[in-house]
Amino acid sequence: MSEQKNQIDEYRRSFLGKGAALAGLATLAPGVILHTVARAKPADEAITGKVRWGFLIDANKCAENCDACVRACDEENGITKFGRPETDAQWIRKVTLRNKQTNHTINLPMMCQHCAHPPCVDVCPTGASFKRADGIVLVDKHICIGCRYCMMACPYKARSFIHETVTDQNPDVPRGKGTVESCTLCVHRVDRGETPACAEACAKTVEGPAILFGDLNDPNSEISKRLASEPSTAVRADFRLDPGVRYQGI
Amino acid sequence: MLSKAIQFIAHRPAFPAAIIITACVISVSALAGAPKPDIPKGKGDRCVEDTDYMRKNHMELLLHQRDETMYRGIRTKKHSLKECIDCHAVNDNTGQPVSHLDSKHFCVQCHEYASVKIDCFDCHASKPRAQQAGQRL
Repeated sequence: MSEQKNQIDEYRRSFLGKGAALAGLATLAPGVILHTVARAKPADEAITGKVRWGFLIDANKCAENCDACVRACDEENGITKFGRPETDAQWIRKVTLRNKQTNHTINLPMMCQHCAHPPCVDVCPTGASFKRADGIVLVDKHICIGCRYCMMACPYKARSFIHETVTDQNPDVPRGKGTVESCTLCVHRVDRGETPACAEACAKTVEGPAILFGDLNDPNSEISKRLASEPSTAVRADFRLDPGVRYQGI
Repeated sequence: MLSKAIQFIAHRPAFPAAIIITACVISVSALAGAPKPDIPKGKGDRCVEDTDYMRKNHMELLLHQRDETMYRGIRTKKHSLKECIDCHAVNDNTGQPVSHLDSKHFCVQCHEYASVKIDCFDCHASKPRAQQAGQRL
């Protein structure tokens, strides 16, 4: 009797096991999750120049009153505002452009464009402003002296100086008074294989994902495929800085 | 005769030595009076390195890890400041982790004792992040 019961248990176990495996396959089937898992870099592996991270932003999908990306950025990076827009730090901002002849307006989010030839890096006297191998432009705040040359050099007004003492920082995002900072492309999330907070928040809005994040060097990535098949432009392409952020509908 | 003897003693080279010895005795007694830091124990069984090694070299490990993380995107947990903070968090009476502004903070305990001023926490978080506002860790 007990032997028979054991046999039934074994059969049941193998059946349940196969069922679980099938369920696992079904979860991975849409491909999106599988893609994310495959891209995650092990924590002990250094970044390489084989990838170049970037955004493709569709201004047609960017709603006028929506600031989901800005709020997500502030939340993720612990950016607190003091009600002083002139000097408050902003890593991403909404810009509205109006054609004076037709009154047609377009909205777009503006942040560090993560240029391949960043002028902020050129002018930095201490070498604090630098570009990572994967194209992300950052500030090494350990050696930033707060001179703000980079702020003057950046044609996109992407950088902010921290005027006030900062408390309660996000452990992943150190920020401190007297240094310059800008969008890090959520480098702490990207290193974990996640997408930046703004892109994630934008994808959840009603208007749909206006911000697409991906590897510009990978011809099979969604961003590369769309860039190859659809028209897009760089803001102030005449500077030939080769920004990692490209726009559609402007 | 007596005045000559006094002159002789006053001109001996042993006289400054006596002053130094006196100073030493005073400083040793001062050291004995300074309260030893009450170093709180971390969460795990043992630290990532031996305690003696960490006392001497923790700053070197942190400096190395900082550049590896920032420039090369290496985010291993072993020598990361974030993990130190997570493991060595000290709670106050209400059960919330204290910041570096509190003398009970793990880093601050020793640095105050050793008169070392660090500016790590001008930028870096000095306590683990609560998952949600007001949530206990």
